[in-house]
Amino acid sequence: MKKSVFLGTLAAAGLTAGLAAASTLDDVKARGELNCGVNTGLVGFAAPDANGNWSGFDVAICKAVAAAVLGDASKVKYVPTSGQTRFTALASGEVDVLARNSTWTFSRDTDLKLDFVGVNYYDGQGFMVRKDLGVSSAKELEGATICIQTGTTTELNLADFFKSNNMNYQPIAIDSNAEGEQQYLAGACDAYTTDASGLAATRAAFADPENHIILPEIISKEPLGPAVRHGDNQWGDIVRWTLNALIAAEEYGVTSANLEELSKGTTNPEINRLLGTEGDLGAMTGLDKDWAKRAIAVSGNYGEIFAATIGESTPIGLARGLNGQWTQGGLLYSPPFR
Amino acid sequence: MSPTQSDSIAFVRSEMLPQKPAPVSEAGAIRWLRENLFSSPLNTLLTLIGAYVVYWLVTHSLPWLSHSVWTAGSVSECRQIITDTWGADATGACWAVIRERWSQFIFGFYPWQMVWRPVLAFVLLLVAIAPVLFSALPRKMLTFSLIYPLLAIWLLWGGSAWTELVVLAGFVLGWATYVALSKGSTLIAVIAAVLVPILWWKFAAAPTTEVLQNVISLSIPKVSSSDFGGFLLAVTLGVGGIVMSLPLGIVLALGRQSDMFLVKSLSVGFIEFIRGVPLITLLFVASLLLNYFLPPGTNFDIILRVMILVTLFAAAYIAEVIRGGLAALPRGQYEAADALGLDYWKAQRLIILPQALKISIPGIVSTFIGMFKDTTLVVFVGLFDPLKGVPDFVRADFNWKGIYWEPFIFTGAIFFIFNFSMSRYSMYLERKLQRDHH
Repeated sequence: MKKSVFLGTLAAAGLTAGLAAASTLDDVKARGELNCGVNTGLVGFAAPDANGNWSGFDVAICKAVAAAVLGDASKVKYVPTSGQTRFTALASGEVDVLARNSTWTFSRDTDLKLDFVGVNYYDGQGFMVRKDLGVSSAKELEGATICIQTGTTTELNLADFFKSNNMNYQPIAIDSNAEGEQQYLAGACDAYTTDASGLAATRAAFADPENHIILPEIISKEPLGPAVRHGDNQWGDIVRWTLNALIAAEEYGVTSANLEELSKGTTNPEINRLLGTEGDLGAMTGLDKDWAKRAIAVSGNYGEIFAATIGESTPIGLARGLNGQWTQGGLLYSPPFR
Repeated sequence: MSPTQSDSIAFVRSEMLPQKPAPVSEAGAIRWLRENLFSSPLNTLLTLIGAYVVYWLVTHSLPWLSHSVWTAGSVSECRQIITDTWGADATGACWAVIRERWSQFIFGFYPWQMVWRPVLAFVLLLVAIAPVLFSALPRKMLTFSLIYPLLAIWLLWGGSAWTELVVLAGFVLGWATYVALSKGSTLIAVIAAVLVPILWWKFAAAPTTEVLQNVISLSIPKVSSSDFGGFLLAVTLGVGGIVMSLPLGIVLALGRQSDMFLVKSLSVGFIEFIRGVPLITLLFVASLLLNYFLPPGTNFDIILRVMILVTLFAAAYIAEVIRGGLAALPRGQYEAADALGLDYWKAQRLIILPQALKISIPGIVSTFIGMFKDTTLVVFVGLFDPLKGVPDFVRADFNWKGIYWEPFIFTGAIFFIFNFSMSRYSMYLERKLQRDHH
């Protein structure tokens, strides 16, 4: 008798523990804070200022999710993760979302048991060379010395590219972006290769950007996106549709300026459903009606975030390119809010 | 003296000649140069090479250092100022980045309005270690040194002071138990003195803290470990590691010398395992593997995890250094201790260890210095060390992208101050403890 009571209690305890662990949404709400894994520092994407306030393109995703779920964009705990610790931090539950410019690849999605919920930036690996080298295409880099960050996918992409083009190169291994810039400027290598967004930021920070060019070839696909753990589809849906809401808001012309006005009701039913004046989409994923409105209110729609953090008006000066709306010739395409 | 003698000698000098100056080639700067720099063709060649290296270093770094800019808002502003002041081709140091971000280099993300707490903790640290380092100070100060660790934990991480006071009460309970029971068997007293505090911490500590907290609130705002960074992190890990690894290292060294099979093999196994594994591996175990082993949602503080593994790592090295000291003692010292009828612990405490530790001082301090510098490796587990972690996120601000040498020089200078003080103290201690008068 006593034994069965004990076992029953144990089973009940195990069940509640299992339930509590199963819902990330409940955990986040109970904690009152979203744990968001970010880069330890990447220009434009995630960086703390002198007062320790984080900002950037990836950080905006964290803020939007926190606003949608908790109603307050400041309720985010930023967990800086290094290239080595990022996926374990997510898998072990240390972070709820990983918004850390991580490339969506097959093995990461399957073997590492992550769920990439979408793409917030389409990147690709490029090359930068000095103008006086007289090179105008990556195919002319036969025999060049190339500075490359070790232990990254860029290293493998570089090897693939040169192999498939039947060329030789001499890699100069570097440890960090800062070291790469230093080596490249000191003339230790002819070309510097990393993600094109990183190259643009690096070039913009040089004393003489006009003497360096970024070659037109993009040798890899690097779709960067936020990721969550396998197994909690509700939480995955929330993050996915928060990102989609930001993208859709730009498509429908919902900006931080006209958000209040549009949320009073418009003639466009899609906008009405997005902003919660028609239907109740939020309830389907465990949130309230205004979730998307709050997410957009934080720092505007996708286009506004892009323009404020990495766009052409910032020193980094990235063009929209592939990251434009599908209506503008880009790849951003949010499924309908219905 | 006879007159005949004085007549027969033509000249007798009656006073000493004044001393002549040494030949030019054998005196002053020239002699010093000859003896120290140009004593042989090989040395002359080496001197010339050395002089060229110094010349090269100075001509390359001096313009850069002398063109220092201290007030600017970004790298490009620095470059502009340097160009305007010293010409278009001039290069210069942009210390403005240190000026703007020094607080992050020192404290990481520690909330600025609470920064007095780590500062106070550091000042009190100096007070607490002073009596340990200098025997001239009153011995009563050691009481403060004993309670300092708990005080520092409270100041740095905040929260309710009752937590620390209840932990302290556990130590007091243990001591009281020992005093009460030591009239009888020593062994029982020691076991009880260990068990009682453990039971207290396990079962009574949490409710007591809660009750006391409700009666009188002794709370200061909490600061999370993730806010620690820069030198605050390095010093916290370094001091914690040093304080804990020395006793652990001594115990391990004695364990390795022990005649008891189990104690000896456990000590040897531990030391060889830890020394056989790189520190980075241990850090990854601390930050990643433990996350998998512990039940989900367990919040085992990352700084504590790292500190424990840094301590174990340093302890294994200290143990070997002290074993060297033990081995260097003449056999006669051990026999003399036995002949005096001292038991094992008394012999170790009064005769063996004081001498063995004295011999080991340079090695111990080297290990500490190495460990303090190794704390920068925590960057690989996502903590912001002052050498790479902090500069990397400072460079992630577009204003400071392109800064390279300045943070290294700044951080290096501060590390040098810490480590040079440690090294000087060890030399002072060696001189003070010298017993063999030559």
